[in-house]
Amino acid sequence: MRIDCPLCGCRDSREFHYRGTGKLMERPAADAGAEAFHDYIYMRENPAGVNCELWFHEMGCRAWLLVERDVSSHEFLSVRLAESVTRGKQ
Amino acid sequence: MRYSAWEVFRNGLTGNKGWKPVWRNPEPKSSYDVVIVGGGGHGLSTAYYLAKNHGIANIAVLEKGYLGGGNVGRNTTIVRANYMLEGNSQFYSHSLKLWENLERELNYNVMLSQRGQILLAHSDGQMDRFARLGNMMRMQGDDAELWGRDEVRAKLPYLNHDTARFPIYGGLMHWRGGTARHDAVAWGYARGADRRGVDLIQNCQVTGFRIEGGQIRGVDTTRGYIAAGKVGMCVAGRSSQVGEMAGLRLPIESHVLQAFVTEGLKPLIPHVVSFGMGHFYISQSDKGGLVFGGDLDGYNSYAQRGNLPMAEHVAEAGMALMPMIGKARMLRSWGGIMDMSMDGSPIIDKTSIDGFFINCGWCYGGFKAVPASGDVFAHLIATGNHHAAANRFLLDRFATGRMIDETGNGATPNLH
Ligand SMILES: Cc1cc2nc3c(=O)[nH]c(=O)nc-3n(C[C@H](O)[C@H](O)[C@H](O)COP(=O)(O)OP(=O)(O)OC[C@H]3O[C@@H](n4cnc5c(N)ncnc54)[C@H](O)[C@@H]3O)c2cc1C
Ligand SMILES: [Zn+2]
Repeated sequence: MRIDCPLCGCRDSREFHYRGTGKLMERPAADAGAEAFHDYIYMRENPAGVNCELWFHEMGCRAWLLVERDVSSHEFLSVRLAESVTRGKQ
Repeated sequence: MRYSAWEVFRNGLTGNKGWKPVWRNPEPKSSYDVVIVGGGGHGLSTAYYLAKNHGIANIAVLEKGYLGGGNVGRNTTIVRANYMLEGNSQFYSHSLKLWENLERELNYNVMLSQRGQILLAHSDGQMDRFARLGNMMRMQGDDAELWGRDEVRAKLPYLNHDTARFPIYGGLMHWRGGTARHDAVAWGYARGADRRGVDLIQNCQVTGFRIEGGQIRGVDTTRGYIAAGKVGMCVAGRSSQVGEMAGLRLPIESHVLQAFVTEGLKPLIPHVVSFGMGHFYISQSDKGGLVFGGDLDGYNSYAQRGNLPMAEHVAEAGMALMPMIGKARMLRSWGGIMDMSMDGSPIIDKTSIDGFFINCGWCYGGFKAVPASGDVFAHLIATGNHHAAANRFLLDRFATGRMIDETGNGATPNLH
């Protein structure tokens, strides 16, 4: 697998660290309650198609990337800087 | 037919014409008391024990492909009972005891080979941990021997004892651990279930569940609707998707694990060797191939094939531990999809739907679990109560804080 990092270009996936579902960026508010946190931490969509996920370019620019990947074919469909998503929300 | 030395002899004299198909290939009936979804190790053993221990005869196992074509036929066949945490330890201990009597139980040769499994230690801290683990195993009646550096060197002289990146300090030997023939386990349970009247229905994918008033009524399949009093789900890597059809969301991710085998060699590695520090384990099959593997590829996957970085990593770890294997030629590699739970331990429980039971989250450990999983899941389905050996594998343990996290990695399924 190769990942097209917006800052570094197309690089071998070995340079990246996989963190997991992109949903981890949607942290509930501190007072959202135990159920919301249980859901956030433990429950997973786990689709057999396009998965939104966080990869860290550990051996490159060290940016967090928000990636859409087809987990049945391992094809990368889109790569964005996670930061740009957070900025867009502010 | 009951298999025996006499049958082998008799068939040898009569041109081997007496062997019959091992199970029937029935058409699905319109209704069953219990429907098991998934014809892997867990589904087949569950059906077997439902029929045998609980006297339920009207059972079907629905398998979307062919029996034993899933992970039960893709794993590296290691059987052991050296788990540490309450909840896991008694379950795997129960499973190993069932393994030890399985061939007699099933009248089928599952080729259980208790050749011993050794966990290698590479630091004082790891030796302390293994001393504790070994004591806990012995306290519950299983076996463990703590070996020092010299003992490991004497018994496993082929390891790299002198120039290793992670020098070997010792190890924990578990003599009753070993390997079994994976296909034979599936076939043995399938045959046993069929002989007790269970319908094993292949090429029958479950595509939906009918639920009325919070009660399961039946399953939609590619071979039509089948009514069911109770339904048990044993679909391994597909648990999230099949669960979703029943409206369940599960604390599970699907990941790919690879395995590798070399050409057949003369007897070389008598035990199962686990090199946790390097993410590598190895044994030698009865045919002579070196069977080995490592950790998950590390990212979510349903692809049933892994990537080269992990193949390279596993090969490097193998070379670091036993440089001699560098001369062996690797014949094949393959991958299987594992249902990784959030604490690395399985889920065997009822659900919010009456009559709908789940058995999933097997991670790396699902092959050694096959006998006990079937036993306890059948018990749960038949009686509605958890079996004493499996009363902590609860679906709500993540909400109640009762996780069984053997590696202490938390909710990072790719690291368990
Ligand atoms: C490479 C590798 C090595 C492993 N090594 C070991 C090991 O050494 N020791 C160990 O203990 N464990 C090991 N495991 C884990 C173990 O193999 C699994 O945990 C275990 O086999 C899973 O349970 P099962 O046998 O029931 O799964 P499977 O055999 O996968 O059975 C599930 C079945 O469900 C069917 N199914 C799915 N969806 C549907 C549907 N909608 N309708 C009908 N049927 C459906 C599938 O076709 C499949 O046949 C390994 C796994 C892999 C991949
Ligand atoms: Zn980068």
